Amino acid sequence: MEQSYGIFLYIISLATMGGIYAMLTLGLNIQWGFTGLFNVGIAGFFAIGAYVSAILTTPETTRHLGGFELPYILGFSASMVVTALIAWGVGKVCLRLRSDYLAIATIGIGEIFRLVLKNETWATNGPRGVSMIPKPFESLAEPYNQLMFLALVLVTVVVIYLLIEAACKSPWGRVMTAIRENEPAARAAGKNVERFRMEAFVIGCMIMGLAGAFTAQYLKFIDPNATELTTTTFLVWVMLIVGGSANNKGAILGAFVMWTVWSASEILTSRLPDDMAIRTAYVRIFLIGLALQIMLQKFPGGIIPEKRPKPSRSPE
Amino acid sequence: MAVLSLDQVVGGYGDTQILHGVSMHVDEGEIVVIIGPNGAGKSTVMKAVFGLLNLSSGRVLLDDNEITNMPTEMVVRQGVCYVPQTANIFPSLTVEENLEMGAYVRNDDFRPRMAEIYDLFPPLLEKRKHPAGTLSGGQRQMVAMGKAMMLEPKILLLDEPTAGLSPKFRGEIFSIIRTVNNAGTPILMVEQNAKQALKIAGRGYVLVDGKNKFEGAGQALLDDPEVGEMFLGGGSHKVAS
Amino acid sequence: MIALMEFINFYLIPGVVLGSIYALGAVGITLTFGILRFANFAHGETMTLGVYFTWTLMQITPFHPLVILPASMLLTVIVVLGIDRVFYKPFRASPTIMVVMASFGIMLMVRSIIQFIWGVQLKGLVPGIQRPMLLFDSLRISPKHMVIIASAVVLVLAIHLLLSRTKIGKAMRAMSDSPELARLTGIGTEKIVMTTWVVGASLACAAGVFLAYDTHVETMMGFKLLLPMFAAAILGGVGKPYGAIAGGLIIGLVEELSSYPWIGTEPLLNPGYKAGVAFAIMVLMLLWRPSGLFRGRVF
Repeated sequence: MEQSYGIFLYIISLATMGGIYAMLTLGLNIQWGFTGLFNVGIAGFFAIGAYVSAILTTPETTRHLGGFELPYILGFSASMVVTALIAWGVGKVCLRLRSDYLAIATIGIGEIFRLVLKNETWATNGPRGVSMIPKPFESLAEPYNQLMFLALVLVTVVVIYLLIEAACKSPWGRVMTAIRENEPAARAAGKNVERFRMEAFVIGCMIMGLAGAFTAQYLKFIDPNATELTTTTFLVWVMLIVGGSANNKGAILGAFVMWTVWSASEILTSRLPDDMAIRTAYVRIFLIGLALQIMLQKFPGGIIPEKRPKPSRSPE
Repeated sequence: MAVLSLDQVVGGYGDTQILHGVSMHVDEGEIVVIIGPNGAGKSTVMKAVFGLLNLSSGRVLLDDNEITNMPTEMVVRQGVCYVPQTANIFPSLTVEENLEMGAYVRNDDFRPRMAEIYDLFPPLLEKRKHPAGTLSGGQRQMVAMGKAMMLEPKILLLDEPTAGLSPKFRGEIFSIIRTVNNAGTPILMVEQNAKQALKIAGRGYVLVDGKNKFEGAGQALLDDPEVGEMFLGGGSHKVAS
Repeated sequence: MIALMEFINFYLIPGVVLGSIYALGAVGITLTFGILRFANFAHGETMTLGVYFTWTLMQITPFHPLVILPASMLLTVIVVLGIDRVFYKPFRASPTIMVVMASFGIMLMVRSIIQFIWGVQLKGLVPGIQRPMLLFDSLRISPKHMVIIASAVVLVLAIHLLLSRTKIGKAMRAMSDSPELARLTGIGTEKIVMTTWVVGASLACAAGVFLAYDTHVETMMGFKLLLPMFAAAILGGVGKPYGAIAGGLIIGLVEELSSYPWIGTEPLLNPGYKAGVAFAIMVLMLLWRPSGLFRGRVF
């Protein structure tokens, strides 16, 4: 009984984190899948959202900027707004460059945010991070608090999914695909490519910021390690590639599947003796990387490949 | 005897067929010009020779040896050199280094050949230590052709050597082409400035929709009323689009 | 006078040392960018790998790191060529972004293997602290720094000779200028690609070892250098090895000099943000002149 209840709670937490990752993959899918923007700064935008929400909702403390004690809904909204603004600034500089440059620039931005979080101790409490973040529904009894939070996450994922699906089917979405497939033609047709790119970039980052806010509220704690490249940026990429980029169902599926694999493998390695456990944790990263390479080479479409209007691409 | 000959060549990129049966030949010492409207497949013929195109049927022969669908590097080694329309020099390499690259597949001493090229194009000797990208348009074209000639090719393919140049430069380029040809290299070239090109050419081919339409001596084509009507613009030069 | 000496000893010389390390690393980045046409995110890990090979060889032999360097360069080159064969080569004809993604995966795979094999604790390449040598009364330069600068000069000279005097080096520059024309000229693409990996990996290994020699050995050291190296390559103009060397030196110097108290007594920039300097230079460069100081390729 005890044990099955523990498993029940574990599944809830698995689904909650899976849902948060699904937000990240959906955000990335708008950028990469539909528009072809190679953003490897996910961790940075995730961290902005997390810190904004954390600072706005925590009770007063001398350790960091805060004490606003705002309701979490406002925390979530603010995190999206701030992330969007910063993404807009980043986009202004980087989006007109070729994909490789965007990758370099965004990975740099992730690192810069990490520096700011570490150094601006007055606002972020530096490496020690922000704690005591209120969690929605925490006043409810277990497991209802956990279930309600999960419900909130899942509802958010569904809403984001429906919004993106609607957007993709709209003329806006068709222009996006046209730009990705054949930019010169889209340009020749009088489409403002820069504006569409910017919109996709900002909206995607906004969703990443929201995912960050959810994580902060869920874990009740956030520190600069949240900007860690492996678990935030890299894992999200692998999730999207595995699930199937340019397909929203694939993005969500990839998030849940890969998070389950990632999380379950942690249970296995944590059973090992300490020294071994630390080392095998790296093997997990290696295997995830290998999975990415295999997907790229053998199944570039992912589990649920993109539905394309035309069966084949025209030759270059 | 034909140095280069194409026999009923059919091919294109992927599923798109561009050449629907092109036949032509270039003899020793000749200048042969290919003219035709845009999209007729003129440049594609050059790519077909150069292994850059998938040929589904037909044959390409060099001195009676088959080079159909041979990889580019091998075609170069067989003695065919190709000067593309744009990006035909290495701008950050010096003039001399460009010539050396032209001789990349040679393993013997190419210095005598380089001296010959400098004799042919004296301005290059003067600028040999300058990055090729800093030269004038005409001099760049000399580098491009000089580089191609380093191999002492059996035949030189030129893709629209005068495209985008002013009339003054065009004349300069045509005289360079004649110089190269007089030095013994047969030339097959695609040219938009058909009138001028046909004047220096021994023979010409008119290509339409990936097929031969007319062929004949340069002067004969110039005098042909139908060709004149179609491609020579009734006296005024048609500038490449 | 004392202030000047302090400036030279504590800011200028470390800046040159760091700049030389960036320069060597950036040459590989820029050559890969120019010749294989992609931003290699795994380049930092190539460095780290070279460092750990060196560290391991030093545990089993009594030699100085510089003596071991050629051997660890060779090992690094072998691994990198293997990675190219298995993970990058299948994408030669694909859109570049596929290779970039593959390199991103390689970055994490190589790092995790290093962490698995060698662990994450700090190690020293050479034990103890060396006392700086005093030259001309007050110019202090540690023997380590002299070794690093001298070796970097030798390596830069070697690259220069390779690129300007040998057939293959010229062909590399030619291919970096225009891969299409290089192919039409009969330059064997795969051979140049291999040479690029050999040169890039060797220099990365050397740069990593110099950094470890100056500081310590750790698994994230290569990744921390990735951004400054990219910045150096972009500053110098992508595809321009000489530009990358200049870019590396500039970025190393600016990073170190940014924390000099130019105004008042406080460091101009909080040293915690030193790592952001390279990024700032890169962004400014992309805005102002994306082709770089030496007119490289713009994508």
